[in-house]
Amino acid sequence: MGSKARIKLDELETDLVRAKGLELTIGKIIEEWEEEAGPTPMPEMEALREWDLKLLNKYKPFYLPFCDLCCLCTMGKCDLSQGKRGACGLDMAAQQSRIVLLACCIGAATHCGHARHLFDHLMEKYGRNYPINVGEENVEVEAPHLRLVTGIKPRRLGDLEDALDYCETEIVHLLSATHTGQEGNNLDFESKVFHAGMIDHVAMEIADIAQISTYGFPKADPEAPLAEIGMGSIDASKPVILVIGHNVPPAIGIMDYLKERGLEGNIELCGLCCSAHDITRHHSRAKIVGPLSWQLRFVRNGIPDVIVTDEQCIRADILIEAQKVKAPLIATNPKNSQGLSNRTLDSADEIVRDLVEGKSPGAFIVDPEKVGEVAVRVAMEVAPKRNKFKVIPVKKEIINAAKRCTKCDQCRRACPNDLPIPEAMEAAAKGDLQKFADLYDSCIGCGRCEGVCPKDLLPHTMMIGASRSKIKEEKSKIRVGRGAIQDIEIRRVGSPIVLGEIPGIVAFVGCSNYPGSWKDVGSMVDEFAKRRYIITASGCSAMSIANYKNEEGVGLYETYSGVFDAGGLVNVGSCVANAHITGAAIKIASIFAKRKLRANYEEIADYIHNRVGAVGVAWGAMSQKAASIASGCWRLGIPVIVGPHGSKYRRMLLGRKDREEDWYVLDARSGKRVYAGPTPEHLFCTAETKEEAMVMIPKLCMRPNDTTKGRAIKLNHYIDLHRRLYGILPDDIHLFVRSVADIPITMKDEVMAVLKEKGWKEGEIPDPTLVPRLIRVKKE
Amino acid sequence: MAEPWQKAEIPGPKKALVIKNPEVVPAMIKKAKRPIFIVGHEAAEVDLGDKKPIDHVIRIARAAKIPVVATAQTVAEFLKRDFQPDAWMSAMDIGTRLTDPEWSVSGEGGPHDLALLLGIPYYMEWVIESGLKSFVPNLRTISLNRFYQPHCSWSFPNLSLKDWHKNLEIIAQKVEGK
Repeated sequence: MGSKARIKLDELETDLVRAKGLELTIGKIIEEWEEEAGPTPMPEMEALREWDLKLLNKYKPFYLPFCDLCCLCTMGKCDLSQGKRGACGLDMAAQQSRIVLLACCIGAATHCGHARHLFDHLMEKYGRNYPINVGEENVEVEAPHLRLVTGIKPRRLGDLEDALDYCETEIVHLLSATHTGQEGNNLDFESKVFHAGMIDHVAMEIADIAQISTYGFPKADPEAPLAEIGMGSIDASKPVILVIGHNVPPAIGIMDYLKERGLEGNIELCGLCCSAHDITRHHSRAKIVGPLSWQLRFVRNGIPDVIVTDEQCIRADILIEAQKVKAPLIATNPKNSQGLSNRTLDSADEIVRDLVEGKSPGAFIVDPEKVGEVAVRVAMEVAPKRNKFKVIPVKKEIINAAKRCTKCDQCRRACPNDLPIPEAMEAAAKGDLQKFADLYDSCIGCGRCEGVCPKDLLPHTMMIGASRSKIKEEKSKIRVGRGAIQDIEIRRVGSPIVLGEIPGIVAFVGCSNYPGSWKDVGSMVDEFAKRRYIITASGCSAMSIANYKNEEGVGLYETYSGVFDAGGLVNVGSCVANAHITGAAIKIASIFAKRKLRANYEEIADYIHNRVGAVGVAWGAMSQKAASIASGCWRLGIPVIVGPHGSKYRRMLLGRKDREEDWYVLDARSGKRVYAGPTPEHLFCTAETKEEAMVMIPKLCMRPNDTTKGRAIKLNHYIDLHRRLYGILPDDIHLFVRSVADIPITMKDEVMAVLKEKGWKEGEIPDPTLVPRLIRVKKE
Repeated sequence: MAEPWQKAEIPGPKKALVIKNPEVVPAMIKKAKRPIFIVGHEAAEVDLGDKKPIDHVIRIARAAKIPVVATAQTVAEFLKRDFQPDAWMSAMDIGTRLTDPEWSVSGEGGPHDLALLLGIPYYMEWVIESGLKSFVPNLRTISLNRFYQPHCSWSFPNLSLKDWHKNLEIIAQKVEGK
């Protein structure tokens, strides 16, 4: 659908006209496909507002302002606290939802810009007619988000263009709604937040299916190879090229150059953040250093000889850090050019010479092929000169520095996790570095502790120095991002998921802004995989999961299969691959339940919300992209749990289980209103601790459609974890038990006692929907 | 003038009053018609030597008959100490319920007019208190945590562990009538 017809005539001569260089473009050719279009092809921001308001009526926003003020226009600052309105008339609720929308627009624009960049590059390299292929014959529904939202079934690379145009248009409109004097109602802002999230998932899908199709990434392969991950896995005896970011073409340029020149064994190519995922998807012998929070610790250790950045999640001071260790930096994306001279049109020889001789600290090159050549040649020439120059102090230096500490607490007060750095300093001054090493796992690597020390001490660097042995041991395996979920996998698990017999799909996604140890993510995955939930993972979380080892010292990707099935651990890949996780939920509705997919958003979202027990866990969510990814889940009715730092997203979407009237659904068979219980209870909630998250997860996997067998299984996990971690039975069991058959058999006596105490009455299991038009009225 | 513990946490024009004398806390509790105590997991994690903050919470709640809502897994810590909290739920759940003028933990008697908070992570507490400050005009909030919380009505300044312990002890003794 949507390709343009172009006619180009060098010379035309008729009785009527004589023309040279004539070029005609004829509108668009609409390629029809077998499925009839639904009600909302390419919906504009108001098209799904009614659906959004249904969700927002159940899950009301709880606003958590960062501060009392709005400072977005020159009439301000305005104090909005305690019912006051700003000079423009906006109140605090609308302002907070406006900020959430801004964050989601930034996130969606970032993915969309990424997709546009990739698309333009791949179109130039592979052409408009290059086939879309995300899973060979195993994947017929190749682009569930595109089909659902835009109505487009992409067959060729060029088919993605109209969808991309649509996303860009919508993001512009959404962003414009945040201008002073535009939207004034908080719930309408929230509806736009949902719209931004929906667009974000389309954009992510475009980016990932384009790169899967063209770059030879695994195509929905549950047995995608294992790659090495961890700082200790990087072979520092070789010249090392480090790529950081999300947009992989420059890294592909490096790999292609290495291959062409037969240099693959001579250079160590590794990555941080999502570009790292994508280099291993292209070539599993590439290595992953770790999540975005590993930037300072890896660079300051002096291991990379050349640093190549693309876009997103790159430290803004990466050039300064690179200079500290005398490693040249190559910036490759106009969105992040680091103040470097544009050398794209210069010859590779000139650029290499300047970087090797240190005439310039780096170069800005937007041609991926040239990046490949320059990075490799510079790495080979610079490596012997640098000799892995690092800025990490040895033990004696750490001790001497620590002796200068006055214990003023400024470092601790700057630390997002309030880590006891002064205590580590005190111990280090006495020669004991263990307390510094103990901070390593809970440090998010922001380096804020270093900017505030009145004695110019460098706590973060000292911590890295004290953690040498930990860093050496940091070696694990990660299953390379597999991309989409196969249609056959969806067919296999569709029924047990919808009926509740597989207790849920838990997606561990997002950044590494963890409230404590990164190991918490791994331990949660281990727990729920053992309980036979389907676990999916992406981005930095997928890396933290890889670094975690179970009680036998075995990595989780080696322990659990990569199949999308009960007890599987599925790494879909980089941030943009998150679209495959929500895409799997959409495919359950489409492939298993045979609901019409094309441009039929409301019905599919209604199906997912009421039947597919999926929950996202973004334990270290940090970015605006994470916000827009979450909002794409919300519009599909999928709940998301964030760690404590996620409270700083400034708004939760919370159900009230104590309000019976909020939890009625329509029975699609009869049209009758039926109490379905608080399933799922929330759409967006912060968990204060890992333990709280582990109790929330099974609860948020319950859905109105669960069969009695399915509900019993889900309740079994909820009650068991609640009792283990909270030391008591849940006080809300009666809200989830619809009939005695819902009660887990081994818990019958104690649960019945609770039900009796609460005055429980038997309910019914509906064929649930929130959308009146989906009620099937029987014909007389 | 107290400073927020995390120094970039600048609240805006309205900042918490500093509790200089802990004996004002029992007076405020006494004056309140419907107080509530919200207790997070850190109440059972911080070591005050012979006690943990949760032990003080139990003494204060028992003596002043304040209903307690435990967040996260804190309910388990209360139960270990033979104290049954009135409810347990996430910090966000209790936060949003407090914005409801018809809600109280007992379900009777109208909304709470005073919330005491202890043990919720610093940055989570500040955003929740900010929400309460903006959206619940008739609720006063007291942070009994160790560090200054600018968004509540009253807060301790940043305290040493020793002074924090001392302050909690004074409050507990006072409400116990000692």
